[in-house]
Amino acid sequence: MRKNSTKLIILAVAAIICILLYGFYDIKGGFDYAFPRRMMRVGAMVITGFAIAYSTVVFQTITQNRILTPSVMGLDSMFEVVQTLIFFFAGSVSIWVVNQYLNFAASIAAMVLFALVLYRFLFRADKHPIYLLLLIGMIIGTFLGSLVSFLQVLIDPVEYLSLQSRLFASFVNIKVELLYISMGILFLAFAYGYRILSQLDVMSLGRENAINLGINYDRLVLNVLILSSVLIATSTALVGPITFFGLIIANLSYQYLVTYKHSVHILGAGLMSVIALVGGQFIVEHIFEMNTTLSVIINFVGGIYFIYLLLKESRAAG
Amino acid sequence: MRLWMLIIAAIILSFISLFIGAIDIKPSHLLDWDSREMQIFLISRVPRLIAIILAGAGMSIAGLIMQSLSRNKFVSPTTAGTLDAAKLGILISMLFFTNVTYTQQVIFSFVFALVGTLLFMQILDRIKFKDVVFVPLIGIMYGNILSSVTTFFAYEADLLQNISAWLMGSFTLIIAGRYELLYLSIPAVILAYLYANKFTVAGMGEDFAKNLGLSYKLVLNIGLILVAIIATTVVLTVGVIPFLGLIVPNIVSLYMGDNLRKTIPHTAVLGVVFLLICDIIGRLVIYPFEIPVNVTVAVIGSAIFLIMLFRGRAYAKK
Repeated sequence: MRKNSTKLIILAVAAIICILLYGFYDIKGGFDYAFPRRMMRVGAMVITGFAIAYSTVVFQTITQNRILTPSVMGLDSMFEVVQTLIFFFAGSVSIWVVNQYLNFAASIAAMVLFALVLYRFLFRADKHPIYLLLLIGMIIGTFLGSLVSFLQVLIDPVEYLSLQSRLFASFVNIKVELLYISMGILFLAFAYGYRILSQLDVMSLGRENAINLGINYDRLVLNVLILSSVLIATSTALVGPITFFGLIIANLSYQYLVTYKHSVHILGAGLMSVIALVGGQFIVEHIFEMNTTLSVIINFVGGIYFIYLLLKESRAAG
Repeated sequence: MRLWMLIIAAIILSFISLFIGAIDIKPSHLLDWDSREMQIFLISRVPRLIAIILAGAGMSIAGLIMQSLSRNKFVSPTTAGTLDAAKLGILISMLFFTNVTYTQQVIFSFVFALVGTLLFMQILDRIKFKDVVFVPLIGIMYGNILSSVTTFFAYEADLLQNISAWLMGSFTLIIAGRYELLYLSIPAVILAYLYANKFTVAGMGEDFAKNLGLSYKLVLNIGLILVAIIATTVVLTVGVIPFLGLIVPNIVSLYMGDNLRKTIPHTAVLGVVFLLICDIIGRLVIYPFEIPVNVTVAVIGSAIFLIMLFRGRAYAKK
């Protein structure tokens, strides 16, 4: 246990170094202008990192595997579908768009519903092989993605412009007004999430054992799914979808920190994602001076890592 | 289903396709050789129909060949990285030559499609665990990695918009003079028919095929070359059409079995019918504007693929 805490401290120090580097490196001209803007990005990246870390780790616990993540199962495409549907049916000046809270609530409601349907049909009904689930998840993602582009072509061009500004999010182009909302949501989600951590530890023993030990399993699953959906919605709204990120950090954390405790894994994965996002953005912006976005690189690295994981799993299975 | 029923359906749909468009053309107009309508008919409508027929038949047969050679029902140009490799090839040719000619693009794209598919087949050879679902999963990830490489370089070279043009499969821009490359797929399709029996035997496995006196490697390479030719011509003229090569051969194989000599004609005609329906839907939904065909194909195609996954796992194992 002590060893894990040392590792966590190392991660925390590395994360802080990354943040400082990103905040102060090569500031030219107005410090007052550049610094707050950089800190705003860092804030968004920290929020995203922890949101993805938490949702991925708990999602993998309730689905009892280490390859499926909420994003891979198409949950973040669902966010785009909801936004497009709102614009399609209600229009850009409706209350559903203008009121950020209402908009967020609608997205989250739809995502929770989607997550529940996925869970009921895929994870509960009967034991499907994991590769089938994965392929189904990816095709659902493709389906939702092409549905979005189908609807987007049908939308009035003026409406489309305002939809695009809603959907086109990245680490560089962060919406400040959303930052405060998501900070609040993240705080609430973590306040609740903290309380159920020890129950989640029991849950990883499997359904039968957990029920035996007095866990209200189905209710907890429902709560966790809602929590995951909220967090994914937050991060997608803030910086757009990054499909393979959760997969990478969760698995790195399982490898690096040897424990069954969710609190340690979530903290570790969260810190790792801060290092990866802030450090990665620093490298992209200042070292390579590239125009490319970080998410392209994450998808590249994540894709390779994903194949590696699949091949490793398959060797264990076959 | 009989072949003649499919052919009649294809002919009726072709007729509809010829007479849909922003400019109203009636069959009576065509009696006057010099009329404006006749010009439009010859320059736009007829080439479009030919392109749809060639692309639909070609992509379906390419999928059929790949499924037979890899002995996996879910392998197709979409799920083995072929289309992504062809796209990467086009990009590389644009980076290499400042004034890239059409021929250079064709050659690069062909070589990349061929090497990319070959590489995937090599990876397949290495994996011991050949689950029906596992293989396309690896293939999709492989395609994702290739396309993130493409996005990366396109971003750096400011060619992203060019690249997304190939991403969007669309018949909107097909006019006389811009689609003739597709004729190259005709000899490929004929060759595929001539080699049908050999592909069927090769599909029974390397050892079995060698036992029957078949030069397995040669047949495999010929098959992959045919696939690469078809994929290249379609990507360069029309753009990426997803799922076509995946779904059509599977539907045919459901009622016809796996003897390629018999299924190739059905697959080709059904591919044409499917693509014609998708294109006509895309042209009617927001008439007189158009929805790119890849969007309609992706929505319908991914939905059908999902159904196949849910229902057809037992069938695919056979």
